[in-house]
Amino acid sequence: MAHDKLLALLQERCGAESFTTSLFRDNQRVIAAPARLFAILECLKLDAGFDMLADLTAVDYLYYPDAKDRFGVVYALLNTATGERVYVKTYLNEPDLQVPSAFPLWKGADWMEREVYDMYGIIFEGHPNLRRILMPEEFAAFPLRKDYPLRGKGERHNFPVLTRADG
Amino acid sequence: MPLELVEPMEPEASDKEYLWTLNFGPQHPATHTTLRLILTLDGETVVKAVPDIGYLHSGFEKLGEDLNYNQYVTIVDRMNYISPAANEVAWHHVVEKLLGIELTPRCKYLRTILGELMRIHDHLLCVGAAALDLGAFTAFLYAFYQRELIYDICETASGQRFHPSYTRVGGLLYDVNDDFVQKVRAFVKDFPKTHADVCRLLNRNRIFMDRLKGIGVLSKEEAINLSCTGPVARASGVVRDLRKDEPYLAYGDFDFKVVCASAGDCYARYLVRMEEMLESLKIVHQAIENLPGGPVNVEAGSKVVLPDQLSTYRSIESLIQHFEVIMPNRGFAAPVDEVYGAVESPNGELGFYVVSDGTERAYRARTRPPSFIHFAVFPYLIVGHQISDVVAVLGSLNIIAAELDR
Repeated sequence: MAHDKLLALLQERCGAESFTTSLFRDNQRVIAAPARLFAILECLKLDAGFDMLADLTAVDYLYYPDAKDRFGVVYALLNTATGERVYVKTYLNEPDLQVPSAFPLWKGADWMEREVYDMYGIIFEGHPNLRRILMPEEFAAFPLRKDYPLRGKGERHNFPVLTRADG
Repeated sequence: MPLELVEPMEPEASDKEYLWTLNFGPQHPATHTTLRLILTLDGETVVKAVPDIGYLHSGFEKLGEDLNYNQYVTIVDRMNYISPAANEVAWHHVVEKLLGIELTPRCKYLRTILGELMRIHDHLLCVGAAALDLGAFTAFLYAFYQRELIYDICETASGQRFHPSYTRVGGLLYDVNDDFVQKVRAFVKDFPKTHADVCRLLNRNRIFMDRLKGIGVLSKEEAINLSCTGPVARASGVVRDLRKDEPYLAYGDFDFKVVCASAGDCYARYLVRMEEMLESLKIVHQAIENLPGGPVNVEAGSKVVLPDQLSTYRSIESLIQHFEVIMPNRGFAAPVDEVYGAVESPNGELGFYVVSDGTERAYRARTRPPSFIHFAVFPYLIVGHQISDVVAVLGSLNIIAAELDR
C-alpha cells in the first residue's frame, strides 16, 4: 500500500530511528523529534513528492489525558500528483519552544507559522517575518494556550483612555 | 518666487524617496469586509503590498474547545458566511470521521445538495461582488436575486436563511419536506437562464476583460507551493478537486466535471467559477431527482443522535439517550485521538483538525481556512500592477474576512 512504501522510503533516507508512526482513520502520522523534523520534511518534499503543505497547526496538550509533552506542532502534507496525505508531528516542551521554519520548503508556511506563533508562542527559526498576525502587535499573551481563559484577561476593558487634553 | 525647472530624478536602488505608502484601510467599500493592505506605490504601480489582518478575529477556535460538537456548528456557520452550510457539512464530515460514523444515504444526498447549492451561492457572490467592484452593477443584481432563492431554500430546510445550523452529528436537524424538493426543482429549472444572462453581460465584455485579463497571474508551481486550493488553484492548472480525488458524501454517484483553466489570471478564475456553477447545478439536479428515502439520522443505537420523539416517549433507552445527548456536561464518548479531514468548499479545501479527549467537546478544533491561505498569496500577485488592479485581484481571490481571521 502507498503508506508502507512511503514509510520504507523515509526509513531508507532518514533512518528508521528518527521517527515513529501511527495510523488513525486514514491519517498516516509520522512523529519526529524537533531536531530531526526539518530533515524529514525535506525528505518528504524532495524525495516523496509532497509538494503542498495543506495545513500547519499546533495543539496545547496541557489538560489532555495521558499527555507527555505540552505542545504538538502538526504539518499536513499533500502530494498533488498522487493525492496522498501524510501528517508530520513533533512535540515541544517549555522552555525550548523552537522549531525550524518550513518556509524554505513551502512558501505557504509563512502565514500559518505566524499564526501558530501568535496563538501559542512557538518560535519558528528562519522565518523571514515572525510577528503577530491576528492579534494586535502589542498583545502580551498567547491566546490559544490552555492556561489563557476563554474570556481573556481584561485586555479589552483596559484600553488607555485618551482625553481631549492629551491630544 | 520664480518657477524652477526641476530635473527628474534618476531612480537608483538606494534612492527610494519617490515611493509612497497608501493604506487600503480596513474600512473601504472595495475590500470585501475588514482587511487592511499597506501598499507601497511608485506613482500608480504597486511595488509592495503588506496585508494586515485580524480585524475580525473572534476567537472561534478557542470557542471550539468550549462548545460540543453539535453546538460548534453554529460557530462554523459564521466562518465562511457566504456559503454557511458548506462549512457545516465540512465540520460534521470531520467529526463523523473522528467518531467513525457512517451516514444514511438520504442524509448524504441532502448534504450534497446543500453543499452544491452553497457552492453556487458563494460563486454568485464572488462573481457579483467582483463585477460590482469593477462597476458592473447589473450582473451583481442578477446574481443576488438568485442568491435570494437559495436563501429561501435554506429557510425551508432549517428555518434560518443565512446560517442554517442544519447538520448534526450523525444526520441533520430535520428531514426535508416536499416544499424543499419543489423549491430546489424550481431553482434548477430557472438558474441557467440567469447564468446565461450574466455570461452575456460579462464574458466578452470589453471593459471586464481589459480589467481582468493578465492581472494577478499565479503559476501552477507557485499555486502548489503557496498551498492554494479550490478555484484559485484550478484556474492555474492544478487539477485537484476533493470531490473527485477523495470522494465524500454522495459525490461518487454523480456525473460532473472538474473545471480547470491554465492562464492563472483573474479572468481565468472568473471563468472557472462561472463554469463550476453549472457543474454544481448538474449535481443538484441529479441528486434531487434520485433522492433516496429512509431515515435521515443514523440509528439511535449509535448513541450520538437524538432519537425520534415517539420512541422517546415510549422506550426508556430512547429517553435516556435523549437526556444524554441534550443535557450539557453529558454527551457521547469519542475516541481519544486526533484527525484531519477536508472537504471541497466553494473557496478551496476547507479542513478541520479535530483533537478529541474523549468527551463531547473538541479538545482542539482547528480550521484550515482557504481564505487565510489565499490572502497570503496576494502580495505575490499584485507586484507591478496598479492600484485599480488591487480591487480586481482581491475580488478574484474571494477573501472572506470571517474565515480569514476566525
